[in-house]
Amino acid sequence: MATTAALHAHAPQGFIRKYIFSLDHKVIGLQYYFLALVAVFVGMALSLLMRIHMIWPTAVLPLIGEIKPETYLSLLTMHGTIMVFFVLTTAPQGGFGNYFLPIQIGAPDMAFPVLNMLSFWTTFVGFVVLIAAFFVSGGAPLHGWTGYTPLSALPSAGPGEQLGADLWITSIAIFCIASLMGALNFITTTLDLRAKGMSMMRMPLTCWAWFITAILGLLAFGVLLSAGILLLLDRNLGTSFYVPLVVVNGQIMAHKGGSPLLWQHLFWFFGHPEVYIAILPGMGVASQILSTFSRKPIFGYKAMVYAIMAIGLLGFMVWGHHMFMSGMSPYSAFAFSVMTMAIGVPSAIKTFNWLGTLYKGRIRFQTPMLFAIGFVSMFVSGGLSGPFLAQPVLDIPLHDTAFVVAHFHLIMGVAAIFGIFAATYYWFPKMFGRMMNETLGKVHFFATLIGTYCIFMPMHYLGLAAQPRRYSQFTEVAYLHRLIPLNEFITYVAIITVAAQFIFLFNLFWSMKKGAKASDNPWEATTLEWSTATPPPHDNFGGHTPVVNHGPYEYNVPGAPRDYIMQTDPVTAEAH
Amino acid sequence: MSDVAVQHGLTGAYEPSLFGTYSKKIGMWLFLLSDSLTFGALLYAYSYGRISNPSWPTPFHSSSIINATFMTAFLLTSSLTMVLAVRASVDHKPKQQMWFLLATMLCGTAFVVLHGREWSHLISEGLSLPVFPSVPGAEASPEFVNVTRDVPQFPATFFGLTGMHMLHVTLGVIYLGVIAFRKKFIPVLLLLWLVAWLGTPAYSPFHYGAHVLLVAAIVCTVILWLKPKLYDSSDVEVAGLYWHFVDLVWMFIFPLVYLMSTRIL
Repeated sequence: MATTAALHAHAPQGFIRKYIFSLDHKVIGLQYYFLALVAVFVGMALSLLMRIHMIWPTAVLPLIGEIKPETYLSLLTMHGTIMVFFVLTTAPQGGFGNYFLPIQIGAPDMAFPVLNMLSFWTTFVGFVVLIAAFFVSGGAPLHGWTGYTPLSALPSAGPGEQLGADLWITSIAIFCIASLMGALNFITTTLDLRAKGMSMMRMPLTCWAWFITAILGLLAFGVLLSAGILLLLDRNLGTSFYVPLVVVNGQIMAHKGGSPLLWQHLFWFFGHPEVYIAILPGMGVASQILSTFSRKPIFGYKAMVYAIMAIGLLGFMVWGHHMFMSGMSPYSAFAFSVMTMAIGVPSAIKTFNWLGTLYKGRIRFQTPMLFAIGFVSMFVSGGLSGPFLAQPVLDIPLHDTAFVVAHFHLIMGVAAIFGIFAATYYWFPKMFGRMMNETLGKVHFFATLIGTYCIFMPMHYLGLAAQPRRYSQFTEVAYLHRLIPLNEFITYVAIITVAAQFIFLFNLFWSMKKGAKASDNPWEATTLEWSTATPPPHDNFGGHTPVVNHGPYEYNVPGAPRDYIMQTDPVTAEAH
Repeated sequence: MSDVAVQHGLTGAYEPSLFGTYSKKIGMWLFLLSDSLTFGALLYAYSYGRISNPSWPTPFHSSSIINATFMTAFLLTSSLTMVLAVRASVDHKPKQQMWFLLATMLCGTAFVVLHGREWSHLISEGLSLPVFPSVPGAEASPEFVNVTRDVPQFPATFFGLTGMHMLHVTLGVIYLGVIAFRKKFIPVLLLLWLVAWLGTPAYSPFHYGAHVLLVAAIVCTVILWLKPKLYDSSDVEVAGLYWHFVDLVWMFIFPLVYLMSTRIL
């Protein structure tokens, strides 16, 4: 016990213990964030190559050469996998959650610091294994981020389905273990380490979002782990969990009797909660920022909490809506359809409350606020196509078209990314002690907002005009000729939008060195992280544990001396 | 309140924790929750295969059931000794605690050994996975060979489910060994690895499977190096939670995989 105490009481001094194998949740949070930053640029580059291939299928690119159809499928797979796992799951939860959950509840660290470190390094190994799939013989897998069997279970099914697919599924399994360790840590920390006065109903909505996200992760990743192990058995031990009697290139495979639908059930039992794992932290961040920059308490705090819970609960009951195409019983499809549309209710409650928070607020249009509003905008735009796809009758014609691509990119991809951007601009002063440049931030915001709308809005029309998704070449297909100009437009806008992200990258690193010095509470916010030093000391609050006297969003309380009451302010400051 | 605050030398007040318990225990319960979903998915895959195959075989005979009954008895006994070990640790009787933990580990080991023997026996009789090499000189039973050929899901789910459970029991024994003997357990573990590796013929799945013990020995060494502390009664209790969970999972596997696959002649 004595040795461990010594290990923790003083901040470690050596470079390796301080920055590489650190037990400090703040360093681990930054490690997660920068891992996601690398991953997002890799993923973005892949998507750009796909867009270029779509309109110029025979173009010879410098360094890369001509993109073959199977390469296109590899790009598709790796783009989806990198973005979903190593960006949308890693940055909002592993990055910001790690950094700010303990501080916002008044804890000195996560409940299990060693586990936290292991969780990051396991994620890192998972990422390296995934990227390695590009460089093995046969290249990266072809089966999409959903890894549908039997394609993903048969090494002879295509060039990328050999070692590349093994690496892919190994990477996913490693990521599952890392996420389980992280989720367990988040939940225990939230339940066990709240400072005096920080009751559950006084937690900032960000903490609620991370907490519920961790519960979803805990329950969902265990199932994907099992599904992945069975897939590895099918691929390497010759079992037939997922493979029926199947003929590949004229050869009868040794497998028989398995069911591809088993994979779909197990995968989507994980896959649908995964969508909420990506978006819930963004909802928390948006709530936090909208309240702070409107100088108003969040509208309907309790309703927000219950809505997050309801979304999390319903998220486990709707996986079948990804499988309407599989020929499921219409009765099952009806049940999944009704449950899916029921998610619209808590989602609408959240949107209503965000708008209610803005209503009659004294809004400060700084960059974090712009991205938070952008988040709400994307959430609504992407969400509205949800009820269409929730109905089997409409889903069956739309499912394999660009309509679905537009839907999930807006709501899961871009909205969650806007949440990450909002969180970056909002918490940057606390993390690095300097402000990010406002002008560059605003340019970045408008370029990204307009750019992403120009990319994904037209895709709805492409989908309704029956442009199929996942196809590598359709410029030669007669009925799609008239859609080529629209596809070209999307590609051009995509190039511009990707270029605009370098403004963000420049702003991020330039502001770390040259940004204006930040005060401890530059946004005049109320939650605990703004009551400690910038950047926070090793044990977060400099040797003491804060005492919490107020709710998280007490802005403009009548009779208070200033327009916000911090959670740690003494009780006497409260007027009512 | 968690140990973390104590480690940081912080004496400040915290909100009462969930059920007034300590972090490690909550962490273990959460792990068990997620692990139960992992096993749940495997059992789902088993049920799915069973229901979607109209001719699901029931090839086990009384010998398998008798063996599995002995295994069950060992596992249930180990749960009893585990409870006694937890009580001894609460009563601060380290000697007694050590003996009860040892008894638990021995019962667990007996379970794994019996299970391993049964696997080898079934494989030599022809209930096998395509990747397992055939056993030289073994006399295959036509019934098992037919099952492997006609319904490959049967051996796949059998080896998949029981293999995952066997792995959990093995890791549980190692976990208890580290709690009970700390670094003195590492050489024992390495010895067990050598015995399991060199004592099994090259065609046996355990010949390579034994390397789990080597990996576990390395991981345990790292953990003991990172946290070189004496384990107290809370650690014994948390390990007990894990052990009882593994026992509980067997209570699902035994009827679903063994009893429901039996034809009593």
